[in-house]
Amino acid sequence: MSTQLTPILTRFWDDPRSWTLATYEKHDGYKALKKAVTMPPADLVQMTKDSGMRGRGGAGFPTGMKWGFLPPPDGGPRYLVVNADESEPGTCKDTPLMMAAPQLLIEGVVITSFAIGCNHAFIYLRGEVVHVYRRLMRAVEEAYAAGYLGKNILGSGFDLEVTVLAGAGAYICGEETALLDSLEGRRGQPRLKPPFPAVAGLYARPTVVNNVESIASVPAILLHGASWFAGMGTEKSTGFGIFSLSGHVANPGQYEAPLGITLRELLEMAGGMRDPNHKLKFWTPGGSSTPMFTDAHLDVPLDFESVAAAGSMLGTRALQIFDDTVSVVRAVSRWTDFYAHESCGKCTPCREGTFWLKQIMERLEHGNGSQDDIDKLLDICDNILFRSFCALGDASTSCITSAVQYFREEFEAGMHTSAAEMFPPAASTLFAKETVSA
Amino acid sequence: MPSDDKRWRIVETRMRRLGSRPDALIEVLHSAQEAFGFLDDDALRFVSDSLRVPPSKVFGVATFYHHFTLKPHGEHTCVVCTGTACYINGADEILSSIKAGLDVKPRETTADGKLSLLTARCLGACSLAPVATVDGAVEGRVSSSDLVAKLAGL
Repeated sequence: MSTQLTPILTRFWDDPRSWTLATYEKHDGYKALKKAVTMPPADLVQMTKDSGMRGRGGAGFPTGMKWGFLPPPDGGPRYLVVNADESEPGTCKDTPLMMAAPQLLIEGVVITSFAIGCNHAFIYLRGEVVHVYRRLMRAVEEAYAAGYLGKNILGSGFDLEVTVLAGAGAYICGEETALLDSLEGRRGQPRLKPPFPAVAGLYARPTVVNNVESIASVPAILLHGASWFAGMGTEKSTGFGIFSLSGHVANPGQYEAPLGITLRELLEMAGGMRDPNHKLKFWTPGGSSTPMFTDAHLDVPLDFESVAAAGSMLGTRALQIFDDTVSVVRAVSRWTDFYAHESCGKCTPCREGTFWLKQIMERLEHGNGSQDDIDKLLDICDNILFRSFCALGDASTSCITSAVQYFREEFEAGMHTSAAEMFPPAASTLFAKETVSA
Repeated sequence: MPSDDKRWRIVETRMRRLGSRPDALIEVLHSAQEAFGFLDDDALRFVSDSLRVPPSKVFGVATFYHHFTLKPHGEHTCVVCTGTACYINGADEILSSIKAGLDVKPRETTADGKLSLLTARCLGACSLAPVATVDGAVEGRVSSSDLVAKLAGL
C-alpha cells in the first residue's frame, strides 16, 4: 500500500474522554493559539493561503483566499460562522469530529477569528444532533473557564464570544447564505449572490463561512507550518482530509488520509467489501450530490482535479459503497426522494423539477415505468442543472444522470420489473445476513 | 402568558435571556417545543407577540423546519434513519417490523399515545447503519427484532 493514513484531526479520538480540555491539552491543545496571538493577523491569513487548503465543506474553495476577501476593517463587527450543518447523505465526518474533539474546533475558531479580526463567532449545528449540541456547549463552557474564550484571551487583548446555535432540520441550511438566513431567525432559503457573505453576510456585515473540518485543520497548519501541509496530498489539492466510508464495507468509519488516495487503497484499509462474494457495483465519491462512480473508477485519485476529470466531484469525501445486491434505481429513487423533500421551494426548477423526478423514479422503482420515462428524466435534469437558484437543484440531478449513464439497462428494466424483484432487498441488509449465518 | 401553566415561564425566561430579539425565533421555538412537546397556536401566537415577529413569519419558520411539529407527540419517540446507508442496511424492514409489532407508521403515534414513530433522512452516523434513536439516544447497527422488543418494553 503506497498511501498511509495521516491521523491529525483524528489523532486522539480513541483516548478516554477525548472531548475534554485536559485530554486535548495533553495532545498539543491550544499550543497553536499561544503562537497565533503573538503573530500579526495578516501573517495567519497568508499562512493559510500558502498551505493551499481548500474548503472541506464540498465546494473546495481555497480557505485562505476566502479570508482574504474580507474588506478592510471599518470599525463595525465582522463574523465567523462555522458551518456544522452536516446533512449530506453519507457524510459523517464533522459530527464525529465535534463529538470526539470539540476543543480542536474551538481552537481553530479562536485562531481564525483572530486572523480575520472577528469578535463574535457562531457555530451553526444541525438541530437533530442533540448529543453533539450538548457536548459542544460543554466544550465552549470549558474553554471560557480556561480563558481561551472571552475577554483578553491569553493576555493578548483579543476578545471573542462563541455562540453555538442549533438549526431545526433542513438540509438547505448547509448552503452558506441559507445558513445565514437561518441564523437570523428566518426560513433557511438561499440569498442572491453577489453580494457575497465576505462583503455582506450575517446581519449584512462581512462574514466568513467555513466548514468544521477546514477550521479544525487550522491549528495543525499553524503548528507544523504551511509547507508541511502543502507537502501532503497533490499539487492542487493539498493536505489531508477525513474520508467517511459507509455502506457495504467491512469496517465503515472515518479514515483520515492525504487527498489523492484511491478507493482501492481505502477499501483495503477498511477490510474490503463486507461480503467478499459480492463485487463493488457503484459508489459516490462525495455523498449523494456527486455523480456516482463504478468499479472502473477504483484507482481515481481522490483529489479535486482527478475526480473532476473523471466526471464527478470530490464533495465532502463521503464514500458510500454499494455492492451488486443493490438496485441502482432504488438507491437513486431514495436520493431523489430526499432532494424533493429538502428542496426549499424558493426557485421553480428545483421545487417542481425534483417533484416530477420523484414521481418518475417511483414509477421506475416499482416496475411501472413507461417508454419515454428515461428521456423525460434526463430532460427534467437538463432543465434543473445550472437553472436552479443554488447547488441543491444541481445536486439532485447528478445521481440520476450518472446512474443512467452507467446503468441504463436497469432503468429500462424499470418499465416492466420492479427493483425489489430484480434485487431482493433482503440480500443487501446487515441483519438478514446475520440471521443466515446464525 | 396564555395560561398559568408553569411551562410558559420557561419559554418566557428563555426569550428574555436572548434579549427578545426577532432573530432569536428559532431558538425560542426550540425551547417552546422542548417544554410542551409540540407547538400549538397559543405557543406560536405567544412567541409572535413577545418577539414582535408577524404570526405569518412564525408559522412560516415553524413549518419550514422539519424538527418543529404542530401536532402532539407520544410519550416516547423513536426516529428511524432512512438515509442511503441505513436504507441498504434494512431501514425499510425495520419500519415494517415496527408496523407489524406495534401497529404504528412513520409520522404517527400509537393509539395508546405511548410511542411516536418518525423517520429521518440521515442522522450523520452512516458508519453505524442501520441507525435509530430512542428518546434521543442513538442505537447503531440495530436489528429489527431487538428494536421492536425495546420499543414494546418502553
